[in-house]
Amino acid sequence: MQADFGRFTHAVMRAAPDSLAAQALRSGPAELQVDIEAVRREEEQYVSVLEKTLGLRVVRLEADEELPDCVFVEDPAVVCGNTALITRPGAPSRRKEVGEVMFAKPVDATPVTATLDAGTPVVATPFFVGLSKRTNRRGAEILADTFQDYAVSTVPVLDTLHLKSFCSMAGPGLIAIGSSEAAQKALKTMQQMSDHKYDKLTVPDDLAANCIYMNLPDKGHVLIHCTPEQFPESAKVFEKLKDHMLIPVPNDEKRKVDGCLTCCSVLINKPSKV
Amino acid sequence: MTTEVGSEPEVKKEPEKSSEEAQAEQQQQLAEQPAEPSESEPSAAAEPQPTPTDSTKPDNTDQQENAEAEPSSPPPSSGQKKEKGISRFLPPWLKRQKSHSQVEPKESSSPTDTPNQTLTEKQEEEEKEEEEAEAAEEQVGKAPEEAEKRQEEAGPKEEGEAVSPVVEQPAETKEVKAEVKEEVKAEEVQAENNSVGSVETQPAKEEKEGTSAEKKGEKGGEEVQESSVLSPLKLGKKMKIVVCHVTLLDGTQFPCEVEKRAKGQYLFFKVCEHLNLLEKDYFGLSFKDNADQRCWLDPTKEIKRQIRNSQWQFAFNVKFYPPDPSQLTEDITRYLLCLQLRQDVSSGRLPCSFVTHALLGSYTLQAELGDYDPEEQRLDSIADFQFAPSQTKELEEKVVELHKSHRGMTPAQADVQFLENAKKLSMYGVDLHHAKDSEGVDIMLGVCANGLLIYKDRLRINRFAWPKILKISYKRSNFYIKIRPGEAEQFESTVGFKLPNHRAAKRVWKVCVEHHTFFRLTNPEQPTKSKFLTLGSKFRYSGRTQAQTRQASTLIDRPAPYFERTSSKRISRSLDGAPVISVSDHGHMLDSARTPGSGENGHDPALELSSDSKSPQVEEEAEPGKGAVAGAVPAELPFETGTDGADSSETKSKLRVQGENIYVRHSNLMLEDLDKTQEDVLKHQASISELKRSFMEAAPEPRPSQWEKRLTGSPATGLRLQAQGSLEEELTSLFLSKARFTGLAASYSTAAAPAESAVTASSEKGNVHLGTVSSAESRNIDQPPVVKTEMVTISDTFAAQKTEIATKEVPIVHTETKTITYEAAQLDGTGDGEPGVLMTAQTITSESLCTTTTTHITKTLKGGLSETRIEKRIVITGDSDIDHDQALAQAIKEAKEQHPDMSVTRVVVHKETELAEDDD
Repeated sequence: MQADFGRFTHAVMRAAPDSLAAQALRSGPAELQVDIEAVRREEEQYVSVLEKTLGLRVVRLEADEELPDCVFVEDPAVVCGNTALITRPGAPSRRKEVGEVMFAKPVDATPVTATLDAGTPVVATPFFVGLSKRTNRRGAEILADTFQDYAVSTVPVLDTLHLKSFCSMAGPGLIAIGSSEAAQKALKTMQQMSDHKYDKLTVPDDLAANCIYMNLPDKGHVLIHCTPEQFPESAKVFEKLKDHMLIPVPNDEKRKVDGCLTCCSVLINKPSKV
Repeated sequence: MTTEVGSEPEVKKEPEKSSEEAQAEQQQQLAEQPAEPSESEPSAAAEPQPTPTDSTKPDNTDQQENAEAEPSSPPPSSGQKKEKGISRFLPPWLKRQKSHSQVEPKESSSPTDTPNQTLTEKQEEEEKEEEEAEAAEEQVGKAPEEAEKRQEEAGPKEEGEAVSPVVEQPAETKEVKAEVKEEVKAEEVQAENNSVGSVETQPAKEEKEGTSAEKKGEKGGEEVQESSVLSPLKLGKKMKIVVCHVTLLDGTQFPCEVEKRAKGQYLFFKVCEHLNLLEKDYFGLSFKDNADQRCWLDPTKEIKRQIRNSQWQFAFNVKFYPPDPSQLTEDITRYLLCLQLRQDVSSGRLPCSFVTHALLGSYTLQAELGDYDPEEQRLDSIADFQFAPSQTKELEEKVVELHKSHRGMTPAQADVQFLENAKKLSMYGVDLHHAKDSEGVDIMLGVCANGLLIYKDRLRINRFAWPKILKISYKRSNFYIKIRPGEAEQFESTVGFKLPNHRAAKRVWKVCVEHHTFFRLTNPEQPTKSKFLTLGSKFRYSGRTQAQTRQASTLIDRPAPYFERTSSKRISRSLDGAPVISVSDHGHMLDSARTPGSGENGHDPALELSSDSKSPQVEEEAEPGKGAVAGAVPAELPFETGTDGADSSETKSKLRVQGENIYVRHSNLMLEDLDKTQEDVLKHQASISELKRSFMEAAPEPRPSQWEKRLTGSPATGLRLQAQGSLEEELTSLFLSKARFTGLAASYSTAAAPAESAVTASSEKGNVHLGTVSSAESRNIDQPPVVKTEMVTISDTFAAQKTEIATKEVPIVHTETKTITYEAAQLDGTGDGEPGVLMTAQTITSESLCTTTTTHITKTLKGGLSETRIEKRIVITGDSDIDHDQALAQAIKEAKEQHPDMSVTRVVVHKETELAEDDD
C-alpha cells in the first residue's frame, strides 16, 4: 500500500455538454429522460466540494458537444503516482475524449492502443482490472506494463460496465463493495488475488459502492459518497465510518447515463508543480 | 560418458512410474492426512521394471528390513545412516562391482601398479554411480511414501543428525573399524548376491565413492593434490580439496577450498564467514545445473552430489527475501540484500517503473557515493551504474536529480530507503518459474513469502496463499497444489501445472517447500510429522525459519561490523585486504587440509545449531545427545586401540569426559616454541582480524547486567576505581573423530556435574596465567590505547605418529594449540613483580550447552590502591562449525557490558584443535 494513498492535490474535470442528455451512452433504457440542468447542478456541487471543502485545485475542461460522454473524464486515463496511462476507451464514440484529457494531465502520460476504460481498475495492490465489454485483456496487460511496480489482476465483470460500478476503495485496505452476487463474487476474486487482507464495507446498493476516498493533509480520511436521498440504506452504512470525513454528493441524474461519482474527475497528486 | 547418456532415461523412468502409483493413491487420500507409508511401497515395488535399476526397489526394502532387524548394533546402522539416500538405492549388481572395487583405494594409493584398464573401468563405474545417485535422488523425490517410511524407520537417526552431532558418531566407528571391514567383505558379497543389502555394504560403498570422487577430481583438473605440500598433516586420499568459486553479490569472486565431500553448508558458512554475515538464513548458494537452470545448493547434502558434472562455481544470493527488511538486525545484511536487489532490478528480474528505477538508483548513488557532489558526479560517471535493464539518459538525469535530494543520508539510511521502496514492488521476492496451465497456456509460477502466484503474460491471474494450500506435490513434470475448499465449497481441488521437465517440477516444488517452511512455519517441519506436505521427497527445509532467524537476530550483540561497499572496494582492498586475502586463501587450504574435521563437520547440519546458542533448537540438541551417550562407549573402544601412541591427547579427552583437569598440558604448550610456519601464523591472523577489530572498536557500553549486580557489593566498584579487568578468553574446540566427539558432547550436555570439571580445569589454567602474565596495573588511565601482542603457539604434537598411523588407517588424533594474546599497552611498563595483597578471590562458573564460563575475580591491594582483576575463562566446546572469532567477539562484548567500568587488558585465545583423520 502506498504511503500517500488517497493523497491528491488536483482534480481534472470536464463540463457536461448539452448532447449528454440525448446522446450519452447508457446501459439503461434509452427513453429515460436526462435533465441536463440537474446534471450541471450535481456537477457544481461536486466541484464545490473538491475546491471549497477539500481545497483541491480543479482543472476544468470545456465541454465538447461532439463528445456527449466527455464529462466522465475518469475513463480516458489511469493515474497512479506520477504516471498516467491514457487509455483507448472501449466505446468508439469516446475515443476522441482522450486527446484533451491527455493534455490536461499534469503528469507523464502514456497513450495506449488496447481497449481500456480507466474506470475499470481499482487502484489497490494489486491493481484490479475489471474485464468487461469496455475493457479487454490486452488493456489490462498494458496497464501492467505501465505500472510495473504493481501487480495487475483481472476481475471478470459481467453485468456492469466497470469494476468501479460496484466497487471502490473507501480507505487504505478498505474496499467498498455492493451486495449483488456479481459484486460479491468479484470481491472474492479480489481478496484471493491480493497480498493484503482487505476489509470490506458492504453496501446494499451496488452503485453506492462507488465512492471517492482521499487522504488529505489537514482533513484526514475523506470519503465522498452517495446521498441518503439516492441510496438511503447504503448511506447509513457509510455513516457508520467514524474515522472518515463523510461528504455525500448527489449523483442521481448522471447515474442515468452510467455516471458514477468517480467517473467525473481524475484525481492527481502533484504537490509541487502545476 | 556413453554409459551415462545411454542409461539416464531409464534411470529416470523407473522412479516416475512408482511415483505415479504413489501419487494415484495419494490423491485419494484426505488432504491433511500424511500418506500412509506402507500404501505405496508395495505398489512401487510391485511395478514391473525391466531396467537394471529396478533391483533398487527390492533392495531398498530388504535393506530396510535389514536395518530394522538389527537396530541394536550401532556400527552397521551407522553405515546405513550415513549412506542414506544414495547407496541404499544401489542395485546389487553395482554393489558387487563395488565390493570388488573395494581394493581400489589401495590401488590408487600406489598408482604405479594401477593398470589403465582398471582405471577406465573405475571411471565407468563412477559414472554409473553418479547416475545412481541421481536416480536415488529422484526416486526419493518421487516415491514419497517409501521415502517417508524409510525416514520413519531411520527416523531417530536422521532426525538426530539434523539436530545433534552425536548421531554422526557411529559413522566414525565404521571408519575406525576399517580393518575389520575388509574381513567382512566376503560376507558382503554374498549378502549382495542374495540381494540383501547388508548394512555392512554401505561402508564399502562409501569407500568406493571416495575413490570415484578422487577420479573425478583428477579428471576435472580442479583438484589440488596437496599431499606433497602438507604431507605430515594429511593423509593421502583424505585431503581431496576442491576450489569452489563463489560469486559474491558485489560481483567479486571468493575462491574457497573445501574438502571434496563437504556438504553445502560448509561452503556456505565459509562464505558467510568471509562476508562477516550473521543473519545468513536469508541467503543461499546457487549453482547452474547442466541445463543452465539455477539450483539452490542444499546445505545438508554433499556439494559434489548436487552439482554433479557442473563446475564448482557458485553464486551467493538472497534466497528468502525478507518482506520487511527493516526488521533485519544488521546493516550488513541489508547491504547484501540491497546488492541482490540492485542486480534483480538492473537485470529486469524485478520489474519496476521508470520512477521507481530512478528512485532506487538515487538511493544506490547515495549509498555508494555519498552526498551529491557536482564536481565529481557527472552523468558520465553515473553511467557506470546500471540502474535498469535499459538505461536511458533520461533515467540517469532523473537519478541524479533525486540523488541531490538525499543529502546527508548515510549509506545505511540510503539502503533502508532503497529497501523500503523495493519491498513494495509487486515482484519483490517472487521466484518465477515457467510453466503451462492445464490447457497448455504459458504461465509463470511465482513462489513468494505469502504463497504461490500465477501470472499469465504480465497479469496476475491467480494467487494461492499458503493457508489456502493443503498440499503440494510433483509427479513427472507436473506440479500440483491441493487447495483448501472455500467457505461455500465442499471439496478441495487440485490444480496442476506442467513444468518443462521433471527437474523443473521438482525445483519449483522444493522452492515451495522451503518458502512455506521459512515464512509460514515457526519451526522447520519434522519430516515424519508432516501435515502440510505429505507427498514428495523427504526433502525438507533444514535451516531456520524466518521466525527463528528473527529471534536469533535479536540476540546479535556485536558492534556493527565494518564492511566495504562496492565503490570503495578498490581503495580499501589495497589498504588492508591484500596481504590478508592472499594469506587467508592459503589458510583455507591449510585449514581444510590439516583439519579435515572441519570439512567433515560441514556434513552435519546439527553443528550449525550447536554453534549458535541463540537458536531455540539448541536445547533440543541435548536430547539426541543423551540418547547417544550409550553409543559413545563402543565408539571409544576402537579408538583407544587405534591410538596407542597418541596417548596424551587420548588421555586428555578421556580425562575430560571424566571431569578431570585437562588444561594443564595446554598451559605448558603455551610456553613451547613457535614451531609453525609463517603461513600458519599469518593465516590465523587473518582469521582473527575481525575479532581484533571488534576488540579495538567496541566501546564499552554501560549497561546494567547480572554480572554487574553481582559485583556491586565489591569494593572495586564501590570505590569507583578505574581498575583493569584482565579478561581471558579461552576457546577450545575439539576436533575429534566424530565418534569420540559426539561422545564428549553427550557427556558434556548430559553429565550430572560437568561444572565441577570445568571449574577445576579453568582454575588450574588460571594459575598458569596468573603466573605468566603480568598483572594489570594502570589504574587511572581512562580507556588506554590497546596494543595487541600476538603469540601463536601451535603444537603439532602428533604429527609423527600421524603419518605412521595413516598407513594403518586408524584415526589420528592431532592436537593443535593456538594461543593469541592481546594486551593493553601499559602492561609492560608496570612492574609485575610488585606483589599485591590479595583481598578476595572468587570463582564463578556458569555454563551453557557448549560454553563454560569461569569468572575468576581477585581483588588485590597494591600501593594503597585496590585493584580488581576479573579473569573470565570461556571454554567453548564444539567443532569447526563454531565461529570462534565471533564467539570470542561476543564474549569480549559481553564482558565489556558486564563490567563497563573496567577495561579489557588482555585477551588470550587458546584454541585447541584435535583432529582425527576421517578415513574412508
